[in-house]
Amino acid sequence: MTHIAKPRLHHPSLTRNAVGFTRRDYEGPVSTLCAGCGHDSISAAIVQACFEQDIEPHRVAKLSGIGCSSKTPTYFLGASHGFNTVHGRMPSVLTGAALANRELIYLGVSGDGDSASIGLGQFAHIMRRGVNMTYIVMNNGVYGLTKGQFSATADRGSVAKRGAVNVESGIDLASLAILMGASFVARSFSGDKAQLVPLIKAAISHPGPAILDVVSPCVAFNNHKGSTRSYDHVREHNAALNRLDVFSPAEPVSVDYAPGTEVRIEQPNGTVLLLHKLAEDYDPSDKAGALAHIQARETAGMVTTGLLYLDPGRRDLHGRLNTVAAPLARLDETALCPGAAALAAINDALR
Amino acid sequence: MTQKLNAINDFVVKFANVNGSGSASANELFARAILRMGVPVSPRNIFPSNIQGLPTWYEVRVSGAGHLGRRGGVDMVVAMNPETWKQDLAELTPGGYLLHDSTRPLPESAFRKDVTTIGVPLTAICNATYSDPRQRQLFKNILYVGALAQLMGIEPAVIETLFARQYKGKEPLIASNVKAMRLGRDWVRDNLPADICGLRIARADAVGDMIFAEGNAAAALGAVWGGATVCAWYPITPSSSVAEAFEGYCKRYRTDAATGKARYAIVQAEDELASIGMVIGAGWNGARAFTATSGPGISLMTEFIGLAYFAEIPSVIVNVQRGGPSTGMPTRTQQSDLLSCAYASNGDTKHVLLFPEDPRECFDFTAAALDLAERLQTPVFVMSDLDIGMNRRLCRPFAWEDGRRYDRGKVMTAEELEVGKTFGRYLDVDGDGIPWRTLPGTHPSRGAFFTRGTTKNAFARYSEEGADYVANMERLQKKFATARALVPPPELSPAGRPTAWGAISYGSTAPAMAEALATLVADGHPLDALRLRAFPFPDSVRDFILAHDKVFVVEQNRDGQMRSLLVNELDVDPARLIAVLHYDGTPITARFIIAAIRDRLAAGVVTPLERAVS
Repeated sequence: MTHIAKPRLHHPSLTRNAVGFTRRDYEGPVSTLCAGCGHDSISAAIVQACFEQDIEPHRVAKLSGIGCSSKTPTYFLGASHGFNTVHGRMPSVLTGAALANRELIYLGVSGDGDSASIGLGQFAHIMRRGVNMTYIVMNNGVYGLTKGQFSATADRGSVAKRGAVNVESGIDLASLAILMGASFVARSFSGDKAQLVPLIKAAISHPGPAILDVVSPCVAFNNHKGSTRSYDHVREHNAALNRLDVFSPAEPVSVDYAPGTEVRIEQPNGTVLLLHKLAEDYDPSDKAGALAHIQARETAGMVTTGLLYLDPGRRDLHGRLNTVAAPLARLDETALCPGAAALAAINDALR
Repeated sequence: MTQKLNAINDFVVKFANVNGSGSASANELFARAILRMGVPVSPRNIFPSNIQGLPTWYEVRVSGAGHLGRRGGVDMVVAMNPETWKQDLAELTPGGYLLHDSTRPLPESAFRKDVTTIGVPLTAICNATYSDPRQRQLFKNILYVGALAQLMGIEPAVIETLFARQYKGKEPLIASNVKAMRLGRDWVRDNLPADICGLRIARADAVGDMIFAEGNAAAALGAVWGGATVCAWYPITPSSSVAEAFEGYCKRYRTDAATGKARYAIVQAEDELASIGMVIGAGWNGARAFTATSGPGISLMTEFIGLAYFAEIPSVIVNVQRGGPSTGMPTRTQQSDLLSCAYASNGDTKHVLLFPEDPRECFDFTAAALDLAERLQTPVFVMSDLDIGMNRRLCRPFAWEDGRRYDRGKVMTAEELEVGKTFGRYLDVDGDGIPWRTLPGTHPSRGAFFTRGTTKNAFARYSEEGADYVANMERLQKKFATARALVPPPELSPAGRPTAWGAISYGSTAPAMAEALATLVADGHPLDALRLRAFPFPDSVRDFILAHDKVFVVEQNRDGQMRSLLVNELDVDPARLIAVLHYDGTPITARFIIAAIRDRLAAGVVTPLERAVS
C-alpha cells in the first residue's frame, strides 16, 4: 500500500456547508482497496453524512482496528486525527479517548474479523459501557488481507471462493449489540446509499453507543455464487424495515410520506429523525420484539436492514461516571492537584 | 533450660491467625502502638490467596535501630491458629516466647522446653464477658493486644489514643475496645510473673516525622497529585488496591465542590487488554492516564505496550510484582518482571522502568512517571512489588511543592499551527529524538495525522520504505538515550574506605541491603553500594561497575534479571557481576544477603551464587 494524495485544489463553485467546508474537505487520500470494494462505498457515505451534518472534520476522531475495513479511515476525513490500533482492540482505545475528551465525535471503524472474532469481547463491553460513539462494522463475512478465510459473521452454509462450506453459525453483531446495551442499532448495505447515509447521520447525532452493521461485499474473496455476502445475494435478500430522514436542529422537518406511516423521534441535541415504516408491525423501541423479528427474518434467509433499535433515554458513560463538562485532557494543576497542605494532612493521618 | 531471650526494641513477633477472623486490624494496632512509643517497626502480611479460613501470618519486626527489612527468625509467636501450631512453634528461636490461648489445656508434648510458654485464657475471658459470637471473636484479638502490651511494657494510653482516632465519632466502639484491651492487660498483670517476657519496648525517639504507609495507596496518591485523570484497570492481586485507593482519594480531592462532578474517570475494564487500551486511547487524546496491574496483566498487555512505544503515546503502568501465571504465587512478593517489562512486545522495543524502594518513592515515582510519559511520549513502568505495595512501611513523609507544574511535553498548539510552524509527527526537530505531537481537535485544517505502528514516515504518512523504518527506529533509540538523563539517578552509598567490591540492588531490597551493608562493614567487609532507581541506566551505573573488580547484584528473582539487563545494556563483562538471588516468595532478609556475600568473599570464588530459600 502506498499513499496517494488527492489534489487539494477545489473548484470555486463547490458548495459549502453551514460550517464553511466543501464535500472535498471530508475526503482523504485515494483508497488502495480493491476496485468495487463495498468499503469504499461506506467511506463515501461517511464523507457525505459528515458534510451534510455540518460537522467540522477536525472535531471527529476516527479509530479502527486491523483489517481491510480498518484501513478505510485513511481514505475519509483527512483533516481528522485517526488511529489504527491493534487487531480487535479498537473499542478500548476509543473508550479511553472518549474519557479524555467528551467534546469530540468518535467514529469507530471495524470489520467482522476485528469485531466478531478477535475483538468480540471488547465489542460487547463497549456497547455495555455506553460510550458515546458511532461504531461502523464493514461486514463482509471474510478475511481480506489474509486472503479469504471465513470470519465469525459468515453464515452457516455459505460457500468460500475455493469451495469450502462454512459449518459454524454466524454471529449477528446487531442482535448482540442490542443485547449488550447499545442504544442505537442499525443495519444497512454498502450498495444502498439512500438508506446508509441517513443512518450514519442519525448514528452520529445519537448521544450514546450507536452501531451500524453494514453488509459490505468483498469483491476479491466473497462475491461469488454460493456466498451469502455477495452483492447479488444481499440485494435479493434485503428486508428493509424502514427508511430514515435526518433533520438538523436548524432545518424545517418536511414530511413526504403518507400520514400514519412515519414516526418522529427527537434526539437530545435537537436533531429530528423521521422514520418511515416499511414493515408495519416493526417497533424499533421494543427490544424483545426487535430481537425476535431479526431472528425470524434471519431464519428465513433474509437480512433485516434499517433502524433496528433505538433507546433515546439511556445515559452515556460520561453521564454515569458523572464527569465534569470540560474535557479531562484539558484540566490543569489547579483543577487536579490537591496541593501541599492536603498532602501534609494525609501525612499526619499516617503517623 | 535455654537462656530466655532478652531484648529491648529489637525483636520479631509473628502472629499466626486464621484469615477472615478480624485479626488484621488488631495486629496492626500492635504495630502502631509501638510506633507511637517512638520505636520503628516493619510489619509484613503473609497471607494465602483466599478470603476466609486459611492460615495467615503477620510478622512484626521491632527495630530501634530503624532496620525495616525482614530480619528472618521469630522471637515470639502469638499462636492463634491450631492448624499451624507445630510449624509456628518450630520457627521460634530457642529462648523465645509462645503466647497462646490457654482456655483448653494442651498436653505437655504440644510445647517446646526451650521456649517460654505464656498462656492466657483468651476464649474463657471473652466467653465470660461477651455473649455475641462475633464480638467474642473480634475482642479476643484485642485481648491479646492488651496482654502483649502488659508483657512488653507498651503504654496502654498509647493504645487508647489509637482507638480514639480509629473510632472517632463512634464512641461506644472506643469504650468497648478499651475494655477488651484492659481485660487482657489486667489478666496478665494479675496472673503472671512481671518478668515473664524478656522482650520489651522502651520509649524512644527514632520514628521522627516518618509516616506509616502502604505502597499501593502511595502510588494512588502519586497519581492524584501527579494529575492522572483516567484510570482503567482490571482486578489482580497484589495491585487492586492501587486503583481502589485512587478512587477513594479522587472522590475526596477531585469532586467539584460546586457541581458534585468528577474531575476523573475510572473504569474497571473487562480485562488487562482493555485496561491498557483505554490508557493508550486517553493518552493519545491528551489525558494523563494510568493502569495498575501485576505480571500476568503485563503479559496480556504486551501487544498494546509495543503499539504505545512505536506510536509514541504517553501511558503509565504501575506493576505490583508477584509470582508467575495462573495461580502464580499471587500473594507472595518477587522482582521477576524486569525483563518482561523492559522489552515488552514484539519488534525492537525498550521501555522506561522506575524502581521505588518504599511507599515514599511509590508516590514520587508515580507522579514522575506521569511527567516522564508525556515528556518522552512512551509507556513508563513503576516497578513496585507486593512487599512494598501491600504492607505498611515506615518511610519519609510524602512531599509536594506548591507551584510545581506538570510537564505536558511537546504538544503543538493551535496558535503554533496557525502561524505555520512545521508539524511532522515523527520529526526530530530538537535533536533529542522526541517529536512534537498534536491532540485531536486542535486545529480545523492543520496538524491532523494518522496514528499507526511502524509503517510510516516522519510526517506520519503510510510508508513501508526501509529507509523510513530505519530512520524512525534510530530516532526512537536516540529518544531512549535522552531518557537516561531524565529518570531518577541511582543512589550511591560509598563504603567509606577503598574496596574492590561493589553491590547493586533496587526496589524493595533496599532496607535489607542497607542493614546487610552496615553489618558487613562492621565485620571488615566494606562494599560500595549502588541502588538503581530506573532503566535506562545512566552512565554512572557502568562507571560504578567498572570501578570495582566484582559487583554483587542482589535481587528477588531466579534468573538474575537485573544482572542480565546490565550485561545486555552496558556491555560489561558478565564475570564482574555476581548474582545473589532470593526468590521463595518471602521478602529478602539482611541475614540472607550477609551470608551470601560473606560466603563469596571468604571463598574468593566468582561463580554466581544462587540460593532459593532463606
